Amino acid sequence: ASLDNARHLSSLLRAVHFQDHATCFATNNGLRVTVEDAKCIQANAFIQAEIFQEFAVQEQTVTFRINLSVLLDCLTIFDTSSLPGTSTALKMCYRGYGYPLMLFLEEGGVVTVCKINTQEPEDLLDFDFCSTKVVNKIILQSEGLRKAFAELDMTSEVMQITMSPDKPYFRLSTFGNAGSAHLDYSKDSDLIEAFHCNQIQTNRYKISLLKPSTKALALSCKVSIRTDAQGFLSLQYMIRNEDGQICFVEYYCCPDENITEEM
Amino acid sequence: MKCIIIGGNIKVLGRAVHSLSRIGDELYLEPTENGVWGNRRGWELWGPQCPPLSDTHPVCPQLSLRSINSSRSAFASFLFAPLFFQRYEAGGPELFRCKVLMKSFLGVFRSLPSLEKTVEKCLILLKAQLSRLVVQLHCKYGVTKTHNLTFQECERLQAVFDTQQCASRLQAPAQLLAEAVVHFPPALAEVTLRVDAGGKISLRNYVDEGEPTKMMVTELCLAKEEFEAVAAVPDSHITFCLREFRGLLSFAEASHLPLSIYYDAPGRPVIFTLDDAVLEVNLVLATLSDPESSSQHPTSNGVSHIPAPPDDFADDLEAYMIAMETSAYEESSRDPPTPSFPLRTPQPPPSDPNEEDEEEEGGAVPGTPPHKKFRSLFFGSVLTPGGPNPAPVQEVLAEDSDGEY
Repeated sequence: ASLDNARHLSSLLRAVHFQDHATCFATNNGLRVTVEDAKCIQANAFIQAEIFQEFAVQEQTVTFRINLSVLLDCLTIFDTSSLPGTSTALKMCYRGYGYPLMLFLEEGGVVTVCKINTQEPEDLLDFDFCSTKVVNKIILQSEGLRKAFAELDMTSEVMQITMSPDKPYFRLSTFGNAGSAHLDYSKDSDLIEAFHCNQIQTNRYKISLLKPSTKALALSCKVSIRTDAQGFLSLQYMIRNEDGQICFVEYYCCPDENITEEM
Repeated sequence: MKCIIIGGNIKVLGRAVHSLSRIGDELYLEPTENGVWGNRRGWELWGPQCPPLSDTHPVCPQLSLRSINSSRSAFASFLFAPLFFQRYEAGGPELFRCKVLMKSFLGVFRSLPSLEKTVEKCLILLKAQLSRLVVQLHCKYGVTKTHNLTFQECERLQAVFDTQQCASRLQAPAQLLAEAVVHFPPALAEVTLRVDAGGKISLRNYVDEGEPTKMMVTELCLAKEEFEAVAAVPDSHITFCLREFRGLLSFAEASHLPLSIYYDAPGRPVIFTLDDAVLEVNLVLATLSDPESSSQHPTSNGVSHIPAPPDDFADDLEAYMIAMETSAYEESSRDPPTPSFPLRTPQPPPSDPNEEDEEEEGGAVPGTPPHKKFRSLFFGSVLTPGGPNPAPVQEVLAEDSDGEY
């Protein structure tokens, strides 16, 4: 695969980088990078084949596990993130099982070659989140959520999400040392692009698991929040890269089992 | 208690909270119903019997936000008149006062720019039954942020001070002082304001006894013309802590209000005030007393102390501070949090047995601190009407003219 601007890949990978290791899946459609933690949260970054200048996969799927921190360090080795106009060109090769991932990065005539060892892919959770099982769905402009997530009371262990066809429509709550805080979005809000709530649902999620999703939120222009009957949460972020192309990052989260009575 | 604030005043409230956060760790909220607006000439201590309302004292509900620092050497209060609010109800037959953690309250108003840009209405509501103080921000785009903060009931926090009895007064635009203060290093603790015999006004960092030659001394002279009013005793000076003053200064600068400084002899508190139609701000800071005057026993207007401690009382600031802390923490709705430094007029000590117990429990009352240390401000504590103590004695700094107490 080759890419004119490595930032298209690195920024997306950063949005899911909350663990050192990730599993990469390459198919004809593109690249998927998955990061998991505690069997409760999973983040996926999708980079479609169309984003790449060249993308070819010999087998049906190619899967390997890799150290994401190292991969990111290599991709940003020229550290051109702050300079507009300059970009690092990338070429990636993977021979197959057991072979390292090869990266060729070029910028301003300087070429760096990286070889990153790959590992056995681990079993990943399958959240089995398909559109038919979705109970509630809200699509918001990311701008509306960004400040809220930045100001979340981190002394709270959980974030509670309430979605309802009646008031309070969409509510994010925390229960911290100072007391409880609720952030309500009216369904008529200009920030809400789509509001499909069929029944009232209140679910709690460990705030520490959701905090990494702020990175994806920061990059995105829109976010879709969906819950299913079991309370599993799907956050889908639509990210527009520098060239205007669209990519997606997804976060799936299990609801918090320990629900204690709150005042 | 319920109040609604809209428009630009939300930011003013936010700035007030930021200012108060530079003072202490707790924010005291006190709705009042029987306030006399603009009574700067002697804050009256209200005992269980409020002065009877007459035609000249209209019922004037106000909200005051106050804070005090842990060493009781700085006190700030922001008093908001009814016009500040779109709606204000002191509510209830019994006035409820409470204190919240400064951190929690500040968290609601943390980002001043976003307060200005997105918040359209702020509602503060005391839900006594649920033990929650609700602060609700109604923002643009149909977003509502509700904070349910825990609070503690508390005693009335009131510093006793009287600007009328200060010998010197200066008034200047806040900008002048802000620009002056910027020249001092941020870490600087104390600064001396001096008006010399010729009327020259200067600010100088206070140098502790140490090697004067090794310290950097900054002195700034301010032109008399830049002040709006100068009525100072020639050759007078006052030394106070800069840190808490900076908090007020940033509020004053943003509000474009002139700042008044009232001070008296070194050791007596310095009072900074800001006034406008809907807001009255007071910052009272303890000041350093002069070495020569450490044994002063001032008249009834002054700070007086319990007779000097025996000589073997060590220069132990820590013990002194701990004594202050313990007595402060012994707050409950029953006992007044008398600081271990009751300010008494040279009259027979008050006979309230509960208060005496408080002090003894608080550890050795240090009495006169070593001259170098700041004298704490003295606070009267006012019991809620109908409290268990029938006749609390108020420690009075400035007796009001009727001599009621």
